[in-house]
Amino acid sequence: MGLKVPFVTGYLTEHFGDDAFTTLAGYRARGGYEAARKALSTMTPEAVVTLVKDSGLQGRGGAGFVTGLKWSFMPKTNDKPRYIACNADESEPGSFKDRILMERGAHQMLEGILIGAWAMQAEKTFIYCRGEYAFPGACVRRAIDEAYAAGIFGPSCLGTGFRHDVVLMMGAGAYICGEETGLLESLEGKKGQPRKKPPFPAQYGAFGMPTTVNNVESFSHVRHIINNGPAWFKSIGTEKSPGTTIFGVSGHVARPGLYELPLGTRLDEIVFQHAGGVPNGRKVKGVIPGGVSMPILPVGQLDVPMANEFLRDRKSMLGTGGIMVMDETTCMVRASCVITWFFRDESCGQCTQCREGTGWLNKIVTRLERGAGSMEEIDIQDDGTITIASVNADACNVARKRIEDITAEVEVGRIYEGTVLRLLDFGAIVQVLPGKDGLLHISQIAKERVNQVSDYVKEGQVVRVKVLEADDKGRLRLSMKAAAEDAAAAAAPAPAPSESTPAT
Amino acid sequence: MVISAETRAKIDVEIAKYPQRRGGLLPALHLVQKEKGWIAADTARELAEIFGIKVVDVMEVVTFYNMFYDEPQGRHHVHVCTNLPCSLRGARDLLRGLEAHLGIDAGETTKDKRITLGHEECLGACGYAPMMRVDETYHEDLDLAAAKEIVDALK
Repeated sequence: MGLKVPFVTGYLTEHFGDDAFTTLAGYRARGGYEAARKALSTMTPEAVVTLVKDSGLQGRGGAGFVTGLKWSFMPKTNDKPRYIACNADESEPGSFKDRILMERGAHQMLEGILIGAWAMQAEKTFIYCRGEYAFPGACVRRAIDEAYAAGIFGPSCLGTGFRHDVVLMMGAGAYICGEETGLLESLEGKKGQPRKKPPFPAQYGAFGMPTTVNNVESFSHVRHIINNGPAWFKSIGTEKSPGTTIFGVSGHVARPGLYELPLGTRLDEIVFQHAGGVPNGRKVKGVIPGGVSMPILPVGQLDVPMANEFLRDRKSMLGTGGIMVMDETTCMVRASCVITWFFRDESCGQCTQCREGTGWLNKIVTRLERGAGSMEEIDIQDDGTITIASVNADACNVARKRIEDITAEVEVGRIYEGTVLRLLDFGAIVQVLPGKDGLLHISQIAKERVNQVSDYVKEGQVVRVKVLEADDKGRLRLSMKAAAEDAAAAAAPAPAPSESTPAT
Repeated sequence: MVISAETRAKIDVEIAKYPQRRGGLLPALHLVQKEKGWIAADTARELAEIFGIKVVDVMEVVTFYNMFYDEPQGRHHVHVCTNLPCSLRGARDLLRGLEAHLGIDAGETTKDKRITLGHEECLGACGYAPMMRVDETYHEDLDLAAAKEIVDALK
């Protein structure tokens, strides 16, 4: 099993190498449950909500919603019991941080839960842990038992008279239960099929009661915010995305594993410096920044800071911070097969678009992979529009991006009809595929010497170019000259076509 | 009565934790499966009685979740993760190697009922790939030789 301590640690994980930290005594010796004591005995629930809201903490389960704001949505009236659901159903491929937060820091998570329970005046928390996480689940169960025995949970939490109970439920293998309303259904002993929203869980959640669902990591940050204040928290990370997160790096890197780093750390820094880059002297082909539901970033886009405000500009998202690196030997169509199979297998079956659509997606890419596909299999209209139907935004995102990759991966050596975007003194910028442009150098325009670029091409003109090279940053070198030579060579062996050539 | 008194007592403890009885259904299925190895029709009937729901309500839950089984299983489950991060690091070869070693395909059980082999979607061990889950234990950073050794040691 081995000890899974992040290679780079921060405030969340600094004690994760220390076995004592997993016990209540060891946790308390490092200041454990002091933040909860402070919150429960010196702060009003409203003050805690305000503090967490002011810190700007964003949920770390994928959607990035502001945690304190979510807490403030809970009704204040006492006619119904309020619940918390802690989402420990980590199952987004590429994500493995919550598992370590439970294995090595279960008390830290529980302390965050207790503070949240006080803030929302909740009477019970259900921790929903994915069924496969037997060991992390056992670590949480042990921590809960220790905390109960010490009076941290129960009828009078930390001796304050505030009652809160914690229940651990183990799931049973269903990706969809990580979706918050699917999780609520599963808690109720049903199939984990998501509910329609509204009503939102804060109105109608677990067992019909107001419920707030937060991720394991989100809760784990809370004690540090109480201890050090919102200003401290905001001093880490970016202006809009404060704090650290635990990035999980997997795939083709020298040092796969976990890295706790401030949000906004550049993706290329994580991949190349921290995780040691791609081994065997190979180059990167693409990186998925936050679990397989997030669109892939091609090489050349890896300079992005890992925070949603920046990733959105690249049409991707932080998700769970699960970074998957694929080197140049990776077949993107094969990768699509693996991913579409996953969505097909994990479709909860509730809505036709996803239940049927994910199956078709997988069939189509599988056929493409076997070399038996055709362009008609992707619904392309004359203007190039591709229609994708899905009720599941994640699956839709993936489908869109995969299709873009399949259709838009520029192949070196291939000839494209490109559009001249603008002229330069020494050549022209030509777009070969949507979003993919390259340099047509003046020396590559024609066989003869070219003095003025504008003598040969003008902006908006469609030209045939051959892709000579794509460097490791994804920049393309294009040639009209080579495209013309190829065309001439292809025509040369056969006699020049003439009207008298027999048709058959 | 097919569920033992001991398991039944544990089920009652679980049920008491939830505001509605049915909240205890997933924990109950885990407990029963631990005792029986799978959820047979008579077990499902008894669970339906315990929870005051229909047999079909129990069975739709059993068949929805990957970890509940409605047919007999081998004594051990060996599941290789084949999702993208593991695939990038050789999971497919690991699974094919184990298939050849055990003489069965993924999804099948050995003749002596010792092992049910399967592939699984992401198990949250992406940084330690390839990996396999043997019953409740993760084995990570594997190669085929190490995996064979682990599998051969299963009784």
